[in-house]
Amino acid sequence: MKVKVLIPGVLRAATDGAAHLDVEVPDPATLGAALDVLADTYPLLDRRLRDERAGLRRYVNFYVNGEECRRLGGPATPLPSGAEIQILPSVAGG
Amino acid sequence: MTVVVAIGTRKGLWLARSEDRVSWRVEGPHHAMQEVYAVAFDARAGLRLLAGVSSPHFGPGVSTSDDLGATWEESPTPPIAFPVDDAALERVWQLQPGPATQPGVVWAGTQPSALFKSSDGGRSFEFVEGLWNHPHRPEWGAGFGGQAVHTIVPDPVDPDRMLVAMSTGGVYRTADGGKSWEARNKGIKAYFLPDPWPEFGQCVHKVAQHPASPSRFYAQNHHGVYRSDDGGDTWQSIAAGLPTDFGFAMVVHPHDPDTIFTFPIEADGRRFPPEGKCRVYRSQDAGATWQALGEGLPDDFWTAVMRDAMCTDDADVPGVYFGSRSGEVYASPDEGETWHRVAAHLPDVTSVRAAVIPT
Repeated sequence: MKVKVLIPGVLRAATDGAAHLDVEVPDPATLGAALDVLADTYPLLDRRLRDERAGLRRYVNFYVNGEECRRLGGPATPLPSGAEIQILPSVAGG
Repeated sequence: MTVVVAIGTRKGLWLARSEDRVSWRVEGPHHAMQEVYAVAFDARAGLRLLAGVSSPHFGPGVSTSDDLGATWEESPTPPIAFPVDDAALERVWQLQPGPATQPGVVWAGTQPSALFKSSDGGRSFEFVEGLWNHPHRPEWGAGFGGQAVHTIVPDPVDPDRMLVAMSTGGVYRTADGGKSWEARNKGIKAYFLPDPWPEFGQCVHKVAQHPASPSRFYAQNHHGVYRSDDGGDTWQSIAAGLPTDFGFAMVVHPHDPDTIFTFPIEADGRRFPPEGKCRVYRSQDAGATWQALGEGLPDDFWTAVMRDAMCTDDADVPGVYFGSRSGEVYASPDEGETWHRVAAHLPDVTSVRAAVIPT
């Protein structure tokens, strides 16, 4: 199925400037599966989003159709067809 | 002669250049908003600059520049990655080019405590399993800054020999290229443990070596300053003559194995220079006697110098450099006799390295 991933400005250097990417995700479609597909084309983006164990970085938030994924299933969060995944860095730091 | 100083901070890297090591031009930040705990110049590669960078949001990595910061390269795939299920790279604490006889070899020390080896000048790294599999590893503690291999001292001649150090883990040594490691802390006190003389668990802050004396090491400990003359088998205190035995940095003169520099801090519980006076201490007899060096340094300096924030350059008359948590950087063009301010008002300085730019 196809989902849309919204890329924050600070990470667009890793997507050749793209602000959003359409991703074809194999079944069962999950957030983790969508990120795996993205990683094949954009390995630098993947490094920024996940560690080498495919764990989501603590201060990067992933909203699936407007809901933060950690309140859903984290990387196992199922994606409905046409889902919109918005990636947003946390407001953190000093 | 032009000297370049790389200044790693909690929020990026700055570069300072000078022809006389008195007046400095400072530019940056490079890698803005990224922690730069490790920085290195690799003179074997035409002065490649390597930086261990870490974004609090987007994770750690290694960036290299072959044109002194005009452009940077970073591998799209993680240059350092743990090939195990129970760890992921948190931070690169040390990047250490190998000796001239091993071109391309660069070592990385990481948090969590592990060692990685690069054979391509720091662009990609392999995990050194032998240290990770050490039976002591579950008992290595985390210092205040985290659990990390922060010091790597490759033998200048024998590629199989190397020493590493970590806070609340201590000194370990290999003689078989990293396959097996032995704790080497005899004589280093761990006053904060019920048994103050354990096999391992010491809080070693920095170890330094001169390539002409590969069996001798100097160590600044979490209280305690030591020298080993037998390759790390035993350590003797060389703290007599210093105002305090606490501190983080330990630097060896590039041309004289008997000359070392440190920056004493009052105590674990009072992390300021004694009386707030900014002073570098130098020994020219391998730690037997010490001399305070302060000409040009402030007397009202309520900050500290971290373990990798002090270094020398490699000029014939070497310069000495240090940076503080208050974002000041000082340089001495004359082996510590006189000092000049390079920069002020930077973020916390975590790492400083300097080199003469080849002509």
